[in-house]
Amino acid sequence: MKAEPAVGFLALHDKRGWLAVAIATLVLCVLVPILSLAVPVSSPLHLPDYLVALFGKFLCYGIVALAIDLIWGCTGILSLGHGVFFALGGYAMGMYLMLSIGAQGVYKSALPDFMVFLDWKELPWFWRGFDNLSVALLAALIVPGLLAFAFGYFAFRSRIRGVYFSIITQALTYALMLLFFRNETGFGGNNGLTDFKSIYGYDLHQPSTKVMLYVLSALALLFTYLLCRYIVTSKAGRVLRAIRDAESRAMFVGFNPTSYKLFAWTLSAVLCGLAGALYVPQVGIINPGEMQPANSIEMGIWVAVGGRATLFGAILGAFVVNGLRSFFTAAMPNAWLYVLGLLFIAVTLFFPDGVAGALGRLKRKS
Amino acid sequence: MSESSAVSSSVTPDPETTQAPDSAPGVRAEPLPKPGDKSGKRWSVRPRLVDPERRAAVVGSRQAVLVVDNVSVSFDGFKAITDLTLILDKGELRCLIGPNGAGKTTLMDIITGKTKPDSGTVFMPHDARDLTQLKEYEIAALGICRKFQRPTVFAGHTVYENMELALTGPKGVWTSLFFRLSTEQKRSIEKILEQIGLHEHAAVRAGQLSHGQKQWLEIGMLLAQDPRVLLVDEPIAGMTHQETERTAELLKSLAGERTVVVVEHDMDFVRSIAKKVTVLHEGKVLAEGDIDSVQNNPRVVEVYLGEPRT
Repeated sequence: MKAEPAVGFLALHDKRGWLAVAIATLVLCVLVPILSLAVPVSSPLHLPDYLVALFGKFLCYGIVALAIDLIWGCTGILSLGHGVFFALGGYAMGMYLMLSIGAQGVYKSALPDFMVFLDWKELPWFWRGFDNLSVALLAALIVPGLLAFAFGYFAFRSRIRGVYFSIITQALTYALMLLFFRNETGFGGNNGLTDFKSIYGYDLHQPSTKVMLYVLSALALLFTYLLCRYIVTSKAGRVLRAIRDAESRAMFVGFNPTSYKLFAWTLSAVLCGLAGALYVPQVGIINPGEMQPANSIEMGIWVAVGGRATLFGAILGAFVVNGLRSFFTAAMPNAWLYVLGLLFIAVTLFFPDGVAGALGRLKRKS
Repeated sequence: MSESSAVSSSVTPDPETTQAPDSAPGVRAEPLPKPGDKSGKRWSVRPRLVDPERRAAVVGSRQAVLVVDNVSVSFDGFKAITDLTLILDKGELRCLIGPNGAGKTTLMDIITGKTKPDSGTVFMPHDARDLTQLKEYEIAALGICRKFQRPTVFAGHTVYENMELALTGPKGVWTSLFFRLSTEQKRSIEKILEQIGLHEHAAVRAGQLSHGQKQWLEIGMLLAQDPRVLLVDEPIAGMTHQETERTAELLKSLAGERTVVVVEHDMDFVRSIAKKVTVLHEGKVLAEGDIDSVQNNPRVVEVYLGEPRT
């Protein structure tokens, strides 16, 4: 009987697990681009552009789901405000895309259109440097991270937990949404940032650019998955689960729960920022609507549907729920919220461990 | 007979603790706020270190490992602990007994930092720090470990993982992220698992263990922290007769190297393990000494034991 925990990168999965990861990577990173770019448009196998963009969006949601699984599934802290970190990452990327429009905007000014509209004469100080892609990417990770760190530091230090913490995160995203809705805040008010033309010199409307962004998202998802998997299988992951299951015991064993929670929380926010930064160029718009509390709650539902604390379940949940969403909002737009509600109730009642848990049980039976 | 002198001395081990609090104002080393006095308590800065003279005066020539010095705490006016002093010697196995509400668990809470006292200090003689000013995990890092009343192991983790988490060493996030068990650490885990009789269950999830096994696992986890002082709260509650016997053996084998404090109701169990017993009553030390002298002490009999044994 082997009781000692396995260590090292290769020990993240057994052979079958690695095979599954490899197949998923091949399908997402190789098959989809081939079907989209190499297969002629006339062929029934050709993947239309809008589907590539849609899949790219799902991949970003997958990263968000992983981030939430890390903090909720593995650490037991339910955030109902992760949309704010996602949106901040998106805004950072949006600012870069806005500035790279240059003088091609409606008003033919070097300033973004909404600033011309507001009669601003020059770029506000916090927009400086965002004409550089690496600065924008860095900001997309650091700004959500800093916000999460500051927020988490005070919340965890004051031992705020459970539903109280969830409510405060909800308030956080709501407050920032109201802030970003204001024109004076300097992020385009309720219209947000949109009308992007190009990224790093590549035309955003070209299929090849879309596939490129899609592949980058897939690689980011793979990276996020392996990172989360590493953390979860390391001793730190066992400490996080120990804090989730019996916080006071973990404390008396000598762990400081605040620093562990803060680590998972901040990393989770940074990953959401990354997802947001990849999401915006593929969707073409970022506005304060992304910070609506309902959006953050839906992110939680992805993870609940997929199965908490399983990581791959979270990705699955993000794909399944958003797939259903795309289908229903097109086929029966009025029915979607009812379907979502029913789905959540059904999962809570019949599959408390989500799709991943149900699959696991099925496997054991056969 | 020397026994009788031991009885009388053990009844009043320390004039400070047995006198009524209001009649002994002069014994305080420094003026401390009265327990009920909440005004400005929150923001008044208490010294983080214990005065060395005070330390020397309290400890005297004893081989003390942990000292609870003149501690008081009240909850909403209820005095849970009043001017309590308790000195634990190196390597002893001490039993704390007392009726419900005597302050046993509160005393454990104060020592481990869960409850902050209104006045008084807790310290280890070799260290100047006042433990009441430290956080729970800092106190744990000093080697003062506690076993709770109900077994609280990490139910979702395997027995081995429970031990790994409890193992002494740096506990920061970064160390944990890149942590690998050394051969030496693996060996010490194996040794403890053998000691608590769970080596065959190393890969079993702790939630699936029997009640007694969970209690032993928790004691094993405390051992893995290489503690100086082990605080054990009602270790045999809900145990079978056999499990009780094994637990008694285990606790006895631990004392000597470490100081073990056991809170227990079961007098037969106390009799089977303890050399020295401290009786708490209404937040004060009522008597201290060996089990026979304590059991024959009329005041103890009056408040706690009922009819004296013949």
